[in-house]
Parts: sequence; C-alpha cells; structure tokens
Amino acid sequence: MKALVAVKRVVDHNVRVRIKADGSGVDTAGVKMSINPFDEIAVEEALRLKERGLVSEIVAVTLGEATSQDVLRHALAMGVDRVILVETATELQPLGVAKLLKAVAEREAPQLVLLGKQAIDDDAGQVGQMLAALLGTAQGTFASKIDIENGEAIVVREVEGGTETVALKLPAVITADLRLAEPRFVKLPNLMMAKKKPIETLAADSLGVDFAPRVARTAAAEPPVRAAGIKVGSVAELVQKLREAKVI
Amino acid sequence: MSILILAEHDGQQLKQSTRQAVTAAQAWNAPVHLLLLGGDTAAVAADAARVAGVAQVIRVDAAHLEHPLAEDIASVLVALAGDYQAIVGAHTAFVKNALPRAAALLDVALIADVIEIKGNNSYVRPIYAGNVLASVTNAAGLQLVTIRTTAFDAAGNGGSAAVTTLAAPAAGTLSRWVAETRNVSDRPELATARVVISGGRSLGERFESVLGPLAQQLNGALGATRAAVDAGFAPNDIQVGQTGTVVAPELYIAAGISGAAQHLAGMKDSKVIVAINHDPDAAIFQVADFGIVADLFDAVPQLTAALKQ
Ligand SMILES: Cc1cc2nc3c(=O)[nH]c(=O)nc-3n(C[C@H](O)[C@H](O)[C@H](O)COP(=O)(O)OP(=O)(O)OC[C@H]3O[C@@H](n4cnc5c(N)ncnc54)[C@H](O)[C@@H]3O)c2cc1C
Ligand SMILES: Cc1cc2nc3c(=O)[nH]c(=O)nc-3n(C[C@H](O)[C@H](O)[C@H](O)COP(=O)(O)OP(=O)(O)OC[C@H]3O[C@@H](n4cnc5c(N)ncnc54)[C@H](O)[C@@H]3O)c2cc1C
Repeated sequence: MKALVAVKRVVDHNVRVRIKADGSGVDTAGVKMSINPFDEIAVEEALRLKERGLVSEIVAVTLGEATSQDVLRHALAMGVDRVILVETATELQPLGVAKLLKAVAEREAPQLVLLGKQAIDDDAGQVGQMLAALLGTAQGTFASKIDIENGEAIVVREVEGGTETVALKLPAVITADLRLAEPRFVKLPNLMMAKKKPIETLAADSLGVDFAPRVARTAAAEPPVRAAGIKVGSVAELVQKLREAKVI
Repeated sequence: MSILILAEHDGQQLKQSTRQAVTAAQAWNAPVHLLLLGGDTAAVAADAARVAGVAQVIRVDAAHLEHPLAEDIASVLVALAGDYQAIVGAHTAFVKNALPRAAALLDVALIADVIEIKGNNSYVRPIYAGNVLASVTNAAGLQLVTIRTTAFDAAGNGGSAAVTTLAAPAAGTLSRWVAETRNVSDRPELATARVVISGGRSLGERFESVLGPLAQQLNGALGATRAAVDAGFAPNDIQVGQTGTVVAPELYIAAGISGAAQHLAGMKDSKVIVAINHDPDAAIFQVADFGIVADLFDAVPQLTAALKQ
C-alpha cells in the first residue's frame, strides 16, 4: 500500500515574524524555514506504518518554489522513499493546494494520503478536508492514532472534550494531530545522503488545474499589545488586586 | 439572501460557540438561519428557536446524523448552499472537520478563524500564532467562514424563530462512526469558562492535586501547555494555544508557564491575566496584568486558601 504525504515549508516556529514596512504582508526574506511540524508528524506516522508492514512505499510531495526542496530533503532524511516538488511561484491558497494535491494523488494512486492538521504559518487547517472532498474519499481529521484493519483505516480523532473513532474506506485522507507520533531525530549522515537523492519536479501549470488565488490579502498589521502589568509582592496583595478588578 | 449557521449542540442545547457565530453573522444584516443536524433535534430546536437574531431553525433529523460524519454534514450543506449568501460556523473541531469539505465541493474558499467581518466579503484573521492580523477579501459570491469564538459575544435569548424540517440526504458509504470517549468533568467547559487555571510542565504529577482545588474554588476550567500535555501530566483536550483551544476568560491564571508564543496565541485576549513563575524574566510576565515571582507549589495553595476566607 502506497502512502502520499504532503509537506509544507513554513517559517520556523521559533521565528518571530515581522510585517513588511508597507504593511503588505509578512517579511520572510532571510528567515529560517522548516518543515511544518504537523507534516513532520505525518511523515513520521507514515514511516511507522511502513515499519509495521502496513505501508510499502512513501512518497512526499510539496508545492511551492524551488526553495521548498529543503523540506523534501528533510523527509528523505527521515526515510521516505521518493519525493515530488510541484513547482510554482504563484501564491498558493488552500483550495488551490488541494486541487494540485489531487492531481498528484491521481498520478500516484496512494491508498493513504497524510497531511498535517494545520500549517503553522497561515493556520488555515483545511487542505486535508478539501482534498478528501475533491478525491471523493473519506477523511479522518486531527488523528491521534491510525490502524489499518480489513481494508479500513481506523482513526482516533481529537475533538473537544475527548476523542472520536471513525472507520474509513480506503483510499482515505488523514490529517495528523500532535499526539499521532513523535518525529524521529534526523541524523547528519542521513541528511547528507538525502542531498544525493533525486527530486522529481513537476510544473504546477502542467497539471491542468486552476489554482489561482481566490482571496486577496489587503493588509497585515500587528495585533494591539497588552499594556504592561505589575508584579505584586504577595498572594494577599494579588487577592486584593483581583477583587478590585472584580474578577473574583 | 440569508446566512446559514452550522450549529453544534449536545442533543439538548446549542453550544455557546454557535451562539457566538449567531452574533458574528449579524454583520451581514441578513436573516440568520440555524442548521441543526442530529438523530432527534426536537429539544435543541426549542432552545435554538429562542436565540435572539435567528429567523429560522432548520432541523435535519436522521439516524445516521446521531454522530454526524464530515461526509454527511458536507452533503447537507451542499444541498442547501444555493439559497444562502454565507455559511458560517465556529472554529471548533466539529465545524473545522466539515466546512472545508463543503467548501471544496462548492468550489469556494473557506476563510478560517476570523475575528472580524467587515462588509460582505472582507475579514480580519490572525496568522502566525496571532502575531499578525491579516485583512483579506474573498471573491464575491457564496462566503464560507469560521469564526474565532473569543472575538464575539454569545447571542442571548429573546427570539422566536420558525422551525422547519428537511429530509436528510442518504447516508454516505465512505466512512462510519465507531466510538467516542468523553473526558468527564464537572468543571465548566474550557472554551467558555469564566475562569481558566492553566499549568505548565513543571507541575509534573501534581498537576491535578495542585491546580484542581484552585479551579474548584473559582469554579474554573483547567488548561495546560503543550509541554504539560506532551509529558502526560494533563489530558490533550485541555491544551491552550495556537494548536489547542483558544480561550479568553475573565480571569486566566498561568502557573509555571514560560509564555511561549504558541501558548500566548491561545490566551492573550483574556481580560485579566495572572502569572505565577519563579523566573522573574519569564515571557509570560509581559502579558500578565498581575505577576508573582514565586514557587508555584507555595503560591497556588496559598491563593486557594486565601480565596476560601
Ligand atoms: C498574510 C497572509 C495572509 C493570507 N491569508 C489567506 C487567507 O485569508 N486565505 C487563504 O486562503 N490563504 C491565505 N494566505 C495563503 C497562505 O499562505 C497559505 O499558503 C495557504 O492558505 C495554504 O493554507 P495552509 O498552508 O494554512 O493550509 P492548512 O490547511 O493549514 O495546511 C494543512 C496541510 O496541508 C498541506 N499543505 C498545505 N500547503 C502545502 C504545500 N504548499 N505543499 C504541500 N503540502 C501543503 C500540509 O500537509 C499542511 O499541514 C495568506 C498568506 C499570508 C502570508
Ligand atoms: C508547532 C508548535 C505548536 C505549539 N503549540 C502549542 C500550544 O498550542 N500551546 C502551548 O502551550 N504550547 C505549544 N507549543 C509549545 C511551546 O512552544 C512551548 O514549548 C510550551 O508552551 C512550553 O510549556 P511550559 O511553559 O509548560 O514549559 P517551559 O517552557 O519548560 O516553562 C516552564 C516554566 O515554569 C517555570 N517554573 C518551573 N518550576 C516552577 C515552580 N516550581 N514555580 C514557578 N514556576 C516554575 C519556569 O521558570 C518556566 O518559565 C507548540 C510548539 C510548536 C513547535
């Protein structure tokens, strides 16, 4: 059984982003970029499914500019078998991403498509659900556990106040939540080896898909900052302040 | 044209998040309809019909909607979409599961987690863990939107909406519901609690024994950092932050929390923030109204005791 994993290149979670001087967007020039943490979890889970004998081949795909090759190298170093870059300089938005991933899924015919539950830059949290809709397959979002039994994917999902278990016919699309798997540490020799592996590159424009942006960004702004508070010297003083603020 | 809200309920009552979506939807100045899906929505329809600002309640009852699957919710939404200007839901696991699926089937964008609706198709939404507020304008036509609940007040009662029923499309065959587990707690729900007491990884095995009594005293909910959840000290569904639940209670008490950007993203809009941390330089103090530099294992029990008096 083949697994396809979608990995996105995002601003590293440790970076505090700055807004461009003209307010037109976020300044990502020269900023450290990494694989989206949830996508790293999805890759890890695919590797574990392979180690359990449930998956035979893992293909990782990313969409974006040539610079996105580095997240594919990271996936290779973790242990995926093959990687694909769908290259475009156009700004990608969730529906367009889902349409391009659908085209890749149709070429690769995976039984399992794994994505992150959200990308930590745009926090849209929707590509997986959109992809499942376009492929006409079942979806298991916010997964914390995946099993394959009798041709179904059994997925435990994180929901408010607990979990829900669903059984999905294959092929299916599953999005990774934090608890699904702890990504393995990538060793330097593996990273060096990954540099020598081939990256299949497809031009996004060649896939016959309309992925033009639907949403225009009109401005980016800093949120209002909270006024600085005070330090109190004792618990008694804290209680008094909270009473004055009428919150207790 | 009207606005359709994908409602969330527990079989008896609407979730508060749905009432917050009702408030958000008033921005369009159009009649608001509430869509209820379930096995039997009679009781919740009575609750929904009372919500101020709702013109119509649409019940879709079917055995297979007792535990609605994304595939089935999306097919109801697609069937109804033609009559609406916008379909709106709260940015909760239930809505986030279904609405993007419907958006793709309808070939429209979904604007997620909006904190402000400006005009018919312009929105403000936080990105990069809340460090940036992006203003976006969607293409004209049908709008699909999820709203950040903490940015909108819950609609109260006082309405008297008409209730109609609609037959459900046939059940899908792609997936089936198997089981659910609910963490039972007599504490208020985290997302809507008036008081939240959160702890970090330093609480260790004493997470519940140290914070529980304070939560009890203040009738608050417990929250946690991801580090506390990852270490197994706190259940996953109480993680507060960018990738957990976003809260904005009247009072947020952060005990032994460093104040990482991903955590702040989930609580910095709280009305009053208290931080207890033994490191005077901890980032959490930058957003705290009242900070105490102290060992939390002393300060938290002292606070609990002081409040009992
Ligand atoms: C300031 C700013 C504002 C923006 N506002 C909007 C907006 O309001 N609406 C909008 O639609 N877009 C907007 N965008 C576009 C945005 O950059 C995202 O690229 C796009 O929305 C994709 O969404 P996401 O990555 O958050 O998707 P998510 O749904 O959060 O991603 C889920 C998963 O999809 C997969 N995935 C996503 N992208 C890729 C990729 N390129 N390659 C491989 N896998 C991928 C990954 O597995 C990921 O974990 C904005 C961008 C900026 C910088
Ligand atoms: C993609 C991604 C998403 C994330 N999403 C989230 C999220 O949604 N929510 C979230 O919370 N985190 C999230 N994180 C993790 C986040 O970056 C931090 O690692 C985490 O919030 C730190 O948790 P902490 O404050 O418990 O631990 P630490 O950072 O280890 O801080 C512990 C603090 O406790 C104090 N302390 C220790 N002992 C005592 C004592 N006895 N008395 C008083 N103070 C004491 C220390 O001074 C310190 O400040 C995410 C990370 C990533 C990469």
